[in-house]
Amino acid sequence: MNILVCISRVPDTTTRILVGKDGISMDSQGVKFIVNPYDEYAIEEGLRLREKNGGTVTAICVGPDTAKEQLRTALAMGVDRAVLVKTDKYFDSYFVAKNIAEVAKELNPDIIFLGRQSIDFDSFQLPSYLAELLDLPSISVVSKLTIEANKVTAERDIEGGKEIVETSIPCIISAQKGLNEPRYPKLPDIMKAKSKPIDEKTPIETDTKVSVIGMEIPSRKRIGKILSDSDSDIEEIIKSLHEEAKII
Amino acid sequence: MSKILLFLEPLKDGLKRTSYEVITAGRNLLDKSKNSSEPFDSMIGILINGTESQANTAKDYGLSNIILTNVSNLSGYSSTAYAEIIKDAAKENDATLLLFSGNATGLELAPRVAAKFEAGYTSDCVGLDIINDEIVAKKPVYAGKAQISIKINSDVKVFSLRPNVFTSVMAEAPDLNIQNKNLQIDDKFCKVIVKNVVKNEGKLDVLEADIIVSGGRGIKGPENYNLIENLASAFGGAVGASRAVVDAGWRPHSEQVGQTGKTVSPTLYVACGISGAVQHLAGMSSSKFILAINKDKDAPIFKVADYGIIGDIFEVLPKLTEKVKKFTGK
Ligand SMILES: Cc1cc2nc3c(=O)[nH]c(=O)nc-3n(C[C@H](O)[C@H](O)[C@H](O)COP(=O)(O)OP(=O)(O)OC[C@H]3O[C@@H](n4cnc5c(N)ncnc54)[C@H](O)[C@@H]3O)c2cc1C
Ligand SMILES: Nc1ncnc2c1ncn2[C@@H]1O[C@H](COP(=O)(O)O)[C@@H](O)[C@H]1O
Repeated sequence: MNILVCISRVPDTTTRILVGKDGISMDSQGVKFIVNPYDEYAIEEGLRLREKNGGTVTAICVGPDTAKEQLRTALAMGVDRAVLVKTDKYFDSYFVAKNIAEVAKELNPDIIFLGRQSIDFDSFQLPSYLAELLDLPSISVVSKLTIEANKVTAERDIEGGKEIVETSIPCIISAQKGLNEPRYPKLPDIMKAKSKPIDEKTPIETDTKVSVIGMEIPSRKRIGKILSDSDSDIEEIIKSLHEEAKII
Repeated sequence: MSKILLFLEPLKDGLKRTSYEVITAGRNLLDKSKNSSEPFDSMIGILINGTESQANTAKDYGLSNIILTNVSNLSGYSSTAYAEIIKDAAKENDATLLLFSGNATGLELAPRVAAKFEAGYTSDCVGLDIINDEIVAKKPVYAGKAQISIKINSDVKVFSLRPNVFTSVMAEAPDLNIQNKNLQIDDKFCKVIVKNVVKNEGKLDVLEADIIVSGGRGIKGPENYNLIENLASAFGGAVGASRAVVDAGWRPHSEQVGQTGKTVSPTLYVACGISGAVQHLAGMSSSKFILAINKDKDAPIFKVADYGIIGDIFEVLPKLTEKVKKFTGK
């Protein structure tokens, strides 16, 4: 099986976010970057599929030179090949989708795995957008996947339950937490991954479909009425829920 | 002049609550655009495989045009088919602004439709406005630690709206004109199909609840979760959980709130024995009101709370539950 896994490079979840000098982007000084957590499930699912059916797993990332670090994490986990579509400029999801589509057309994968969303901008669009550009079926937010011959059955999380969705290979799947338990790369594999080649590609340029025009740290004022556990204080809180919040 | 197209979803006798939110958001933009150099002409809803009586409820929210599309050869929901139908409807009606709810369906469908126009798309918006003749969306990023203002540069613009944030407001439409459309869709657009929907038995989902009561590691074990459930039922709300609780196997993943769980915006979020880690806040900080109960007065959750009770949940929860019940007369 020919498997493609898309990974994005995002700030570590505990990063303190500061607005950069331009007023429209994050100040990335001192920020630690990681593989998008949902993409770890995507990588793991790709590896398991290869272990079952044979084939190769290629990881792809659209990003700056420093994204090689995230591709090396994927290599250490066990992917066979890594591709970096290298760019130093600001880019939007359309740019990413177009460039991944370009590589996918050459590679012609049976299945493409992505994460449910990137936890930086939560754009939540690559899986569907890419699917449409490649004219492929897609299922997003998948927490259980079964593939038998060409038939694909997936469980997809929705409000108040699950959808059981069917499609066939070739297709695109986006991973939800719970799909599997991603493996931790072992130290020798991490060492080996350091010297593995990463295939660098020059991106195709696209028009900018969306522009960020401002970024701010939200300063939602909370009421902040913090009281004790005495009976009268608890009653005071209930009164507030009634009078201020008008919930009960 | 172009139109605004609203994707509407049927539910029981009417539409999903999120669809009324989408109509209200559309109406606000339509009004605001009147003062801009390129005002929208009108707005139109599309309801696929719904009924006339369901469509009629949109009138109460000020919508006066609906396309009621009936697809005879679809055995279940299909994102590929719906995307094609919505694209055609947008083209036929010269719609350039497309609004979806950011629920499970919308988040999957909207970018598919956007891609058909090679259009820009912004998900999970919490605000939509017209500033200097341009539509500007607000959207939380980096787990809600920052918020961006973002605009779409393509002619066709697609947005999805975070559920529960755009409150739906009723408004009578002069008349609702329902345009019935019967069609058969080519098999090539039905490559994905929903075979079955499994509902979580009898439980209210956190994504649909107005009030959520969540437990954290402070609850100590699954056997104590009835304390959380009792308070939730006194409020008439749903039960949620922190990741610590889900990872320990005390509660199912469907209840997890946070960065790798669900993003919720209820009217009231009650955090019981939850410390308030950034990844948890990512999923609930846009709640309208937050009540925290924690024995540690320095717990970070108190920094984002509107109301807080410093105390032991094993003592506070039974008392609070009794008092809420007494207050609401249940
Ligand atoms: C990539 C990533 C993704 C993550 N995603 C999520 C996510 O989606 N959702 C999520 O919740 N977390 C997530 N986390 C985990 C997060 O960092 C925290 O570990 C987790 O939220 C802690 O859960 P907790 O508050 O229940 O437990 P703790 O942090 O252990 O807090 C327990 C709290 O209970 C209080 N307490 C204890 N006993 C009592 C008592 N008797 N009465 C009152 N208070 C008491 C304590 O004072 C403490 O504040 C993620 C982490 C990472 C790295
Ligand atoms: N720059 C990128 N390079 C490769 N894959 C990406 C990139 N950005 C997003 N993805 C993939 O698309 C998924 C959804 O991301 P998004 O649509 O940006 O929320 C991620 O989980 C990744 O699998």
